[in-house]
Amino acid sequence: MRSDTATPVLSVSGLSVDYGTARGVVHALDDVSFDLAPGETLGIVGESGCGKSTLARAIVRLTDPSAGTIRLGEKDITHASRRDLRAARRDIQMVLQDPAASLDPRWTVGELLAEPLAIHRIGSRADRRGRVADLLRKVGLPPEAAGRRPHEFSGGQRQRIGIARALALEPKIVVLDEPVSALDVSVQAQILNLLTDLQRTLGVSFLFIGHDLSVVEYISDRVAVMYLGRIVELGDRDSLWRRPAHPYTRALLDAAPRIDGPAAPAGPGLTGDTPSPYDLPPGCRFHTRCPNATDLCRHEAPATRELSPGHLVACHFPDTGAEPSSSARFGSGI
Amino acid sequence: MSDPVLAVDGLSIAFQTRRGPLPAVRDLSFSVGRGEMLAIVGESGCGKSLTALALLGLVPPPGRVTGGTVRLEGRDLLALDEAALRHVRGARISMIFQEPMTALNPVLTVGEQIMEAILEHEPVSRKAARERTLALLERVRIPDPARRFAEYPHRMSGGMRQRVMIAMALAGAPAVLVADEPTTALDVTIQAQILSLIDELRREQGTAVVFITHDLGVVSRYVDRVLVMYAGRKVEERDTRDLFADPFHPYTKGLIAAQPRGLAARPQAGPGPAGVARERLTEIPGTVPALAAMPPGCAFAPRCPLADDRCVRTVPPPRPAGSGLVACHHAGESHAI
Repeated sequence: MRSDTATPVLSVSGLSVDYGTARGVVHALDDVSFDLAPGETLGIVGESGCGKSTLARAIVRLTDPSAGTIRLGEKDITHASRRDLRAARRDIQMVLQDPAASLDPRWTVGELLAEPLAIHRIGSRADRRGRVADLLRKVGLPPEAAGRRPHEFSGGQRQRIGIARALALEPKIVVLDEPVSALDVSVQAQILNLLTDLQRTLGVSFLFIGHDLSVVEYISDRVAVMYLGRIVELGDRDSLWRRPAHPYTRALLDAAPRIDGPAAPAGPGLTGDTPSPYDLPPGCRFHTRCPNATDLCRHEAPATRELSPGHLVACHFPDTGAEPSSSARFGSGI
Repeated sequence: MSDPVLAVDGLSIAFQTRRGPLPAVRDLSFSVGRGEMLAIVGESGCGKSLTALALLGLVPPPGRVTGGTVRLEGRDLLALDEAALRHVRGARISMIFQEPMTALNPVLTVGEQIMEAILEHEPVSRKAARERTLALLERVRIPDPARRFAEYPHRMSGGMRQRVMIAMALAGAPAVLVADEPTTALDVTIQAQILSLIDELRREQGTAVVFITHDLGVVSRYVDRVLVMYAGRKVEERDTRDLFADPFHPYTKGLIAAQPRGLAARPQAGPGPAGVARERLTEIPGTVPALAAMPPGCAFAPRCPLADDRCVRTVPPPRPAGSGLVACHHAGESHAI
């Protein structure tokens, strides 16, 4: 995907996840591929049911993939054993939306931060205490925080604790699943600045999953847009925001108002709801809501192609910027 | 505004605790005209949702309205008894919430629920109510209303449920619609559909809308006037465009500066970790004071770069500024920040 950079820290190829449920099989993730470079932030956006959280869970192997491969550096962890996974988890960690849910309320913050170190038998007790103080400082919490319990902290501070815990093992990758979605905007700014600082000093890579487009735009170097289990567009942030090629990307950007954006949406907006993942439309999964859909779209799933170096799109009639979207309609005769 | 539909004056709400009342909304005044959309914005705990509930006489215990008036078409709702209030609710003022399931009855079809809302306020036949219901479902753009009439709420998507709740809220053709974070739980493309629907209703039917939200982006696109709350008080009220172009209150400035900016505002230089430009977001230092530890003066003073002795001692009253009001001792100078 990005041939100009060093060996990716994470490489996902053809990844699919199917869930068997009482209502049938859900194809939650279908043929997803991307690389994550060292020190890079890849944003993943999309609406409910697009598979972004399944993707996060599959990458940290909380969910088993049904096809494809996940490589951490050179190592294939797609089917790694429990023991191998434990080693892999030193390199890949996760931060969730609600840190309270992942922090045991009976433990002190010091114990919570030392636990991953103890599990991996890193350092002596005293070493770990020093490391805890260091982690707290890194995330902007006072050393006294080590003796208190999570519930004594505000939402923003708890998220700092969650981030500190994820960083304890000095991972190469942190998967952030909606890390600021539950926070007020002034606190959100604090956490986004913290993440940016940490990445600059530690060189860690982030996979940042979010639904707030302005947040994803802010934090990401590259962005993948997902719809019903597939990546429909992937590219560096600025080309995606300047020239969205997939009609869904364009609709998403249009639909999300922002204070420094246009007063009115540029297009009419999408009609209808996202189809149920239990009952996926044939052909292009977006065709039921796409303003440009043709017969081809209704019958044949579009392959992913590279519009310009690093800019991938899965659409039969992408907006290439050469002509307005009438070119897409022209294509319907083929 | 010559003749507001809804006029709130000096509204105060407090939580009754063993250690005495804790004021959560203090001396709040605002009004909304016919067909106007006013947003009340602020962060968690600023009192915006409590204010919304007070407009319908729905403040839950231990909260209690401790002062002020809420005049709807000239009549003070706070002076009405529960029976009289029930008459007004749904008929002249109604409310929609973030999560429609809390307001919808899971064991009744959506059609039956809307019919009930109509029959409660008007002496019409069931047949007439049914026809009105179908018209309402169509009005809120629910496809295939006749089929949807017989469906249960849990069978519908979040966006469809929100449409049903709006249809129910409109059943009595109210003068005021209070919308408390109606799209916060929805996906962005569905949010856009619901917001345009609300926008269209107020334009076509002249419904006044009080819109409670934390999302400044949404405010900038759909709202005429904005009231910013902080720690239970109004700190600024302005026409939307003026507010974003030139906020007066240091808190409003902070809120706006904390938002990630788009392409236009992005610096060209200053590479981030992977060569992408990223300017630091402006943080508001500190946190909102707890209700039990409210400072005696301006509640924002402990976090404010302009705070001085006067701010620490006395609460700044709202005073006229530009197209609205601002409650800051330093409002004139705060341009200098």
